[in-house]
Amino acid sequence: MKLSGSQIIMEVLLEHGVDTVFGYPGGAALNVYDELYKYQDKIHHVLTAHEQGASHAADGYARATGKTGVVFATSGPGATNLVTGIATAMLDSIPMIAITCNVSSNAIGRDAFQEVSITGVTLPITKHNYFVNKIEDLADAIRNAFRIANEGRKGPVLIDITKDVTDPNNLYEYKKQKPFPLTKSPTASDSQLQEIAQIMNEAKRPVIYYGGGVNASHAQKELNELIEKYDCPATYTLMGAGAVRYDNPKNLGLIGMHGSMQANIAIDNADLVIALGTRFSDRVALNPRKFAKHAGIIQIDIDESEINKNVLINYQVIGDIKEVLSSLLPLIDKTKHKDWIDECHKAHKWVDIELQGAKLRPRDIIEATCTITDKETIYVTDVGQHQMWAAQYVHHIKSENFLTSGGLGTMGYGYGAAIGAQFGQPEKRVIHFTGDGSFHMNLNECCTAVSNELPIITIIFDNKVLGMVYQWQTAFYGKRYSNTTPGRKTNYPKLAEGFGATGFEVNTLDEFKEAFSKALKINGPVWIACNILKEERVLPMIPNGGTVSDMIIK
Amino acid sequence: MKRREVISIFVENQANVLTRVASLFGRRGFNIDSLTVSTTNDPEISRITVVFNGNEQSLAQIITQTRKLEVVKDIFLLEKDNSLFRELLLVKVACDKTNRSLIKEIVDIYRGRIISLSKTCMIIELTGATEKLDGFLNMLNCYDIVEVCRTGVTGISRDADVTDVSSID
Repeated sequence: MKLSGSQIIMEVLLEHGVDTVFGYPGGAALNVYDELYKYQDKIHHVLTAHEQGASHAADGYARATGKTGVVFATSGPGATNLVTGIATAMLDSIPMIAITCNVSSNAIGRDAFQEVSITGVTLPITKHNYFVNKIEDLADAIRNAFRIANEGRKGPVLIDITKDVTDPNNLYEYKKQKPFPLTKSPTASDSQLQEIAQIMNEAKRPVIYYGGGVNASHAQKELNELIEKYDCPATYTLMGAGAVRYDNPKNLGLIGMHGSMQANIAIDNADLVIALGTRFSDRVALNPRKFAKHAGIIQIDIDESEINKNVLINYQVIGDIKEVLSSLLPLIDKTKHKDWIDECHKAHKWVDIELQGAKLRPRDIIEATCTITDKETIYVTDVGQHQMWAAQYVHHIKSENFLTSGGLGTMGYGYGAAIGAQFGQPEKRVIHFTGDGSFHMNLNECCTAVSNELPIITIIFDNKVLGMVYQWQTAFYGKRYSNTTPGRKTNYPKLAEGFGATGFEVNTLDEFKEAFSKALKINGPVWIACNILKEERVLPMIPNGGTVSDMIIK
Repeated sequence: MKRREVISIFVENQANVLTRVASLFGRRGFNIDSLTVSTTNDPEISRITVVFNGNEQSLAQIITQTRKLEVVKDIFLLEKDNSLFRELLLVKVACDKTNRSLIKEIVDIYRGRIISLSKTCMIIELTGATEKLDGFLNMLNCYDIVEVCRTGVTGISRDADVTDVSSID
């Protein structure tokens, strides 16, 4: 069967079960969008306000569904607008396919209108990228892109296609195929597993420290089995949130810069740290030389380049966490570490300090939200103080239901991701936590939520400052508030109304609860701007390069 | 402890492949002394030879990070005792009738070749291990060296089978 390049794109997407894509059309993408028109009953294209929103939507869709997110953009500015979204997916290992259309082959390299070498631009922020200027290479490039995006450690792949390749008159033989098989990840040898098991069985003060790899590998069940059988306290990174129930007494909470005291002290006192699918980032191992200084470290990860990258470890297993844990579990003795767990919990628990004059507090907003919504609710955050508060206080989450830009820390991630998540999970409630800083970056995506009647509730923690930077300026820069007090006069209810959405502004917890229960009944996007004090801080906090002994608690 | 190692990388012979490898080295801050690239007997595969200088941890990083690139088919260390390393040197030396034969004497000792000669200068070609080239340049130092050009090291293992990189840790 002879098909045009544009038809081949659609057919190969269908081979991979794609039914939803996000994007924005343009000159070089006209051929492809003409074909999307013809395939609209099979592939639903979601038009966003901005390509960045589309890229975050594809990311949010992927995180909420476990499928591969797909985003389309035209050449030049369309393609460069994807960059932040692609980098966000790269740093959090999210499978995503970005398809960009470039100018015709004969115009490439001549600085044609809207021409940019997007493969060059995205080289450091994709697992791989393809520049396709021959129709015969197209189908396999897309199939390989899906394979690479999902193989080993997941991540984004970009395919840039010249306009002549998608020309409706340029035909090439197409044959339907199954998706390319994924290369099998390495497996641990028996002797390796036995060695690790022996070390674990001999440890007296073990701590499990897990990250996003557990979720990527769908190893939540095995992780929980290990925690129970091994009777071991566990702590998680931002990307690992939700894999273990919050009310599990062995869950010590978040680790790192804004982690719990129990978790950070436990790592400091441990004699063995078992790191699962995590990369000892500078927000966790704030001082890599002193991280877990009394402990041997076992690291289990699918990506061998993570071994000894930031912190030197003692034992390694390269492989898929789910598989490794399944083989390891039978070798682990049913142990009791009761004294050790008690000791971990005895660590001085941080107590929230009541801020003078606060009528509405971030923690209360989050806890009220979580009390009212059900356990399947998806929480999406932007980046900053509200993100850390969400990580600390959203307690009844499942790992696939907490969407946050952990690695890149992308302000403006939230609205696009919430839209993607809502398309992926239309039955679930989507709550978008944001700050006034992050929200101003991409609030334009409200029009997308309005057009598609998405009942996303955006909760704005409005302290009128760029809170996280403001907090650092307070603590470390002598209160010189350089460019963190924007003096904006945004009227959120009016602006929401202007978009065709609904907005509330609240000053007390009661007002918030009332607005929130109204919001739940509205069939479309709602904003609730919550006025909070700019003195609210994220605590506890370990400064950059510090250890648990440098922890700021008040 | 610092180590100097020669790393061989087999890559797909396609546009941009050198950029992919070089860009990775650049953005991860890997220290390399030289990098050479050439085709192999298989037209679909090119070979990149890298001379690395750094500690054990960054050696492991350069290998594991490079191996993740889609275009990389194989990557391994060339063991010093079991491999041959060569580099090509072209050097232009100013000379006249007073010192020409003195320079030629050195060239002969090092088994180099004079490939161009004029009244005022000569160009010498020399192939060998890095140390030999260094030694030769050192001997020429007392003359007026106008220009130096070195290709960087390329290397090959003596045996058919090569060392697996997993043995480095």
